[in-house]
Amino acid sequence: MVPYLFLGFAGLLVATALMVVLHRNPITSALFLVLAFVSLAGIYVLLHAEFLGMVQILVYAGAIMVLFLFVIMYLNLQHDVERGVQIAVRRGIGWALGALLLLSGGALLSRGWSLGPVKADSGLEGIGNAAAIGQTLYSRYLFPFEVTSILLLVAMVGAIIIAKGQPAQPDDGTEGE
Amino acid sequence: MIPLSWLIALSAIVFVIGVVGVLVRRNALVIFMSIELMLNAANLAFVAFARHQNSIDGQIFVFFVMTVAAAEVAIGLAIIVNLFRLRETIFVDEINLLKG
Repeated sequence: MVPYLFLGFAGLLVATALMVVLHRNPITSALFLVLAFVSLAGIYVLLHAEFLGMVQILVYAGAIMVLFLFVIMYLNLQHDVERGVQIAVRRGIGWALGALLLLSGGALLSRGWSLGPVKADSGLEGIGNAAAIGQTLYSRYLFPFEVTSILLLVAMVGAIIIAKGQPAQPDDGTEGE
Repeated sequence: MIPLSWLIALSAIVFVIGVVGVLVRRNALVIFMSIELMLNAANLAFVAFARHQNSIDGQIFVFFVMTVAAAEVAIGLAIIVNLFRLRETIFVDEINLLKG
């Protein structure tokens, strides 16, 4: 079972990575990159790195890609106007997927948020390796962990300073050639 | 257990796709996404070796790489936004101010 799942995730990862590079529209590239990150999270779970799979989805597919999409839409590049699938068809696909999501959510809710029968003997080893990672991170790797906080602080300050732009430059049209 | 060679091959494939993206694409945002792909390929190699050596240290390193990637994305996107403000383009072919 696990090798087939791995092959599925690996195929999805390679295909979506290729689409990221090959597609002309940056928004589509970003959405394919989300799919690539999610399939990579699946591979992490198969490798018994459940905590990293979760962090992968939260940090990469969540935070980082939202930042990417925000910047793409902020820059509002008017290239590559999408033709292709008609808007009605697209809207139909959206409704169908939303209905499917709602149905699966309702099914899960009616069964008490569990897909199958809950194993009674699923102890700590079934939950994941967050505890092991936490213990290692806070003992042997405590110093790098603390340095990471400085890195994040510097990145935050730097991003604000860079994005703020230059202070009150007189705009006399000499930008560029 | 998934063979280590499969995982390393997958990691190499994704890394090469990222390299090709950086070299081929002209849009700075897509180049940035390709860099993210390369970082993730390295992460996959870390997790694969950690799994096969029954050690948690590889996963700790992936944790740090993810932190650095998040910081890098914040800074890089700020630079790209600033670049767009100055030059009205994010296509790296048209950004040639330093070219003699």
